[in-house]
Amino acid sequence: MSTIAKPIVKKQSEEKTIEKDSVFGVSNLNLWYGTDQALYDIHMDIYKNEITAIIGPSGCGKSTFLKTLNRMVEMVPIVKTSGTIKYNDENIFDPKYSVEDLRTRVGMVFQKPNPFPKSIYDNVAYGPRIHGIKNKKDLDTIVEKSLKDAALWDEVKDRLHENAYGLSGGQQQRLCIARCLAIEPDVILMDEPTSALDPISTMKVEELVQNLREKYSIVIVTHNMQQAARISDKTAFFLNGELVEFTETDQLFSNPADKRTEDYITGRFG
Amino acid sequence: MAIREHFEEEVQEVKELIQELANMGDEALTRAVESLYKKNIQIAESVIEQDDTIDQKELEIHEKTILLIAKQQPFAKDLRRLIISLKISSDLERMADNAVNIAKSTIHLGEDHPLKIHPLIGSMADKARDMGALAIKAVKYEDISLAGKLAELDDEIDEMYGTVIREMLDETISNPQMNQYMMQMAFSARYIERYADHITNIGENIFYLVKGENYDLNE
Repeated sequence: MSTIAKPIVKKQSEEKTIEKDSVFGVSNLNLWYGTDQALYDIHMDIYKNEITAIIGPSGCGKSTFLKTLNRMVEMVPIVKTSGTIKYNDENIFDPKYSVEDLRTRVGMVFQKPNPFPKSIYDNVAYGPRIHGIKNKKDLDTIVEKSLKDAALWDEVKDRLHENAYGLSGGQQQRLCIARCLAIEPDVILMDEPTSALDPISTMKVEELVQNLREKYSIVIVTHNMQQAARISDKTAFFLNGELVEFTETDQLFSNPADKRTEDYITGRFG
Repeated sequence: MAIREHFEEEVQEVKELIQELANMGDEALTRAVESLYKKNIQIAESVIEQDDTIDQKELEIHEKTILLIAKQQPFAKDLRRLIISLKISSDLERMADNAVNIAKSTIHLGEDHPLKIHPLIGSMADKARDMGALAIKAVKYEDISLAGKLAELDDEIDEMYGTVIREMLDETISNPQMNQYMMQMAFSARYIERYADHITNIGENIFYLVKGENYDLNE
C-alpha cells in the first residue's frame, strides 16, 4: 500500500530527438538607452526553421531585443550594448561585421504595414534591384515567387502595377512580408505583425508564418498570447528587461516553470 | 479591482456546482444502500428518479465550463482547473450511476427475499462516502496531500470487496438456491467498489491540477 503518488512517466518515443542548429546564439546581452538599462544579461539560442515567439508586458524589452538581432536598435544613437550575439557563429557586434549583410540576411516586418508609395510590383522588386538584379525576367520570377510565398499572388496578380496603398491592411502586411522574402533572407523578425489587422487577415498571416517556417527561421514579438501559443515552437517570456523563461511553447502555456510566467499568461499581473 | 476578478468568480461558481453534484451523489449512495438493507423499493425508486437531476447538474457544469474556456481562453493552471472540472463532474455523475445500480439491485431482490445483506457492504459504502468527502475537500482546497490519502482508502475498500466476494462464493457453494440473490449482492459490492474508483480519479485530477502532470492513484 503506498500513498506517495508518482507521476506517470510517458513512454519515450523511439525516434531520437534531432539536434537542431541554432541560427542566433545570444549570450550575456545587456543593453542601455543612455543610462537606462533595457536588457539584462540575456542568454538565448534561436533555432533554424523554428518559430520563436517573444511575449511580455509593454516595456519589458521584447521589441528592443528583436531589433538587436539585426542591429536596427542602433538607429537610436544613445544605445549601448555589451555581450555577444552570434549569427551563424559570427559575432554581429564585431566591428568588422557588415551591418548591411546582416540586415540582408535578417529581414524585418513591422507592426504597421509600411509599403512604399509605389506599385505592388515595385515594392517587391525594390530589394532585388538594390542588390543589382536588373533583368526584367529575373525580377518577374522573384516578384511572382515572393508574392506566392506570401500567399498574396492570387489576390494581386492582375493588378501588379497598381499602387500598393490600394490594398487592404492585411494585404499590405503580406506585401511587406513578400518584400522581405524577395531578398531571400535567412531569418525574419516580426514585430507584432498582426496587431493592426482584422481577425481574418490575422489568421491569414498566422497561416503564412507557419508555412514560412519550412524555409526560414522566424522570431515574432506578439502581444497576443493565443497567437504565440498557436503558431510558435518556442516561447520566450520577457519581464523588466530580463528573460524569465524560454522553453517549448506547449510547455510554457500548459505548465510554466516560473511563477511570474504563470501569473502573466493567466492574466494575473499587476 | 483584482485582475480577472470576474473570471475567478465564475470559476468559483463551477466549483460550487461540483460541490452540489458531489452532495447529490453522496445522498444517492446513502439512500441506495439504505434501500438495500431495508428491502425498501420506494427508497430505491426515489434514487432512480433523482438521477435525472444529477445528469442535469453534470450538463450544467459542462456547459458553464465550456463557455468559460471559449470566452476566457485560459492558460496553464486556469485551463487545467476547467478541464478537471469537466472530468470531475463526469466522475461524479458516474458515481451516482453506480448508486442507481445498487437501487436497481434492491428492486431485483424484492421486498421479501431471504438474504441477509453482508455487513461489509455497509462498511464499504461508509468508507466510500468518507472518500467522497475527502475528495471534495481536496477539490475545494486544491490539496494534493488530501488527494494522496484517497489511494489508501481505496485500497481498504478493495480489500473489503475481496472479502465480501470470497465469503459470498463460499455461501453459494453451500447454499446454491441463494445464487440469484447472491449475485445481486455481489453486484452491489462491485458498484461501491466502482464508485470508489471514480473518487480516486478525482484525486488524480487534483494532482494534475497542482502539478501539471498525470498521476495514477488507482494501482
